[in-house]
Amino acid sequence: MFQVFLCILKRDLTLALRRRTDVLTTLFFFVIVVSLFPLGVGSERELLRLLGPGVVWVAALLASMLALERLFAADYDDGTLEQLLLAGQPLSLLALAKITAHWLLTGLPLVFIAPLMAMQYALEPVAIGVMMASLAIGTPVLSLLGAIGAALTLGLRGGGILLSLLILPLYIPVLVYGAGAVGVSVIEIADTQPYFYLLGAFLLAGLVLAPPATAAALRISLE
Amino acid sequence: MLEVKDLSCRRGDRLLFSGLSFSLPASTLMHVRGRNGSGKTTLLRALCGLLHPDDGDILWRGESIRELSDDYNRDLLYFGHLNGIKADLTGIENLRVAATLDDDRIDDEEIRGALERIGLMGFEDLPTRMLSQGQKKRVALARLMLSRAPLWILDEPFTALDTDAVAQLEALIAAHVADGGSAVLTTHQEVALTRGEIRRLDLGARPGTTTPVGAAAAA
Repeated sequence: MFQVFLCILKRDLTLALRRRTDVLTTLFFFVIVVSLFPLGVGSERELLRLLGPGVVWVAALLASMLALERLFAADYDDGTLEQLLLAGQPLSLLALAKITAHWLLTGLPLVFIAPLMAMQYALEPVAIGVMMASLAIGTPVLSLLGAIGAALTLGLRGGGILLSLLILPLYIPVLVYGAGAVGVSVIEIADTQPYFYLLGAFLLAGLVLAPPATAAALRISLE
Repeated sequence: MLEVKDLSCRRGDRLLFSGLSFSLPASTLMHVRGRNGSGKTTLLRALCGLLHPDDGDILWRGESIRELSDDYNRDLLYFGHLNGIKADLTGIENLRVAATLDDDRIDDEEIRGALERIGLMGFEDLPTRMLSQGQKKRVALARLMLSRAPLWILDEPFTALDTDAVAQLEALIAAHVADGGSAVLTTHQEVALTRGEIRRLDLGARPGTTTPVGAAAAA
């Protein structure tokens, strides 16, 4: 069973490596959105320091959103999704493999590029560390939640817009606690631990609930 | 053995067929015929479990395919209008993924052998994007050679294939049926079997009518 998971994961990573532009567009989108804000609001350090966590997190949401549409669409178009459904393997597991690949390609790079982005907002090293950690725990939740929406809107005309309308409201808790953790990390008496506990709880709930929900949505979409 | 009882399917408001019953024992090939839009693909997708029929039961070895779910899927090989291969992967990679999904322990030598037999030697390391329509179809059909599934459901497997490949595919299906497997296929051409039984199913004689049409007849 684990072998099937690895096989699909490897397949999706290989495909992404052969089509690097898709991965790079997400990353550049994130970089550009984050960089536009300091240009727009000016270079006042205090203001930027306040804005930073929120902007980075919103940009991460949008970047993760951008790549979601393609999560199942390519497989749907060439018929491989049908084959996944008929593979005789638990579909939730296959969905989880695809979600994992999606996160490795779109979420994980954001974690590593975030420190560079944070420098534009004059964030302190502590805040940067917290930002990386919160992104590392939070972005998988985005991929997990997003996969449900991507599966539901599969094959619909204008699915992209509908997908944003469906999924962005669901991202709100992750945004609040993700950006919140970075925000409070600069206050000396404040503790970021509760924020991480909550993000961790979202991640666990997502890992358990999102793959079966995605699988069910895929079955509906393919009918 | 596949058994269909009182099956009806509609697409939108249009009733494609209703009251369709037949059974497909081992070593039998079912040739589904009918004009365009008569519901052949819908029937095949329903038989795979990809589509919920509006009414009726589909049984595999006496159990409903809904309940069997993954167990049924493991016994099934579906070949649809879409080839189900990734354009950016090579033939070998595509077949390796397919084999892993089917839980078949197949090494690269076997996959190479299958590709060679289907006439794709020298193309096995090219992304399938670079291949012609017919060659892509051949890659997808190489799965039939590697598969151990007892039930094949093939939707128009002969399109885009040249005469050699058609003959090869016919031989492959014939061998599968002779081996005790069963197959359901739609095609507009005649299929010959050396051994085993061919049944014909004609769907939708009259377009636009809502009367139940679709009778299975053993030929």
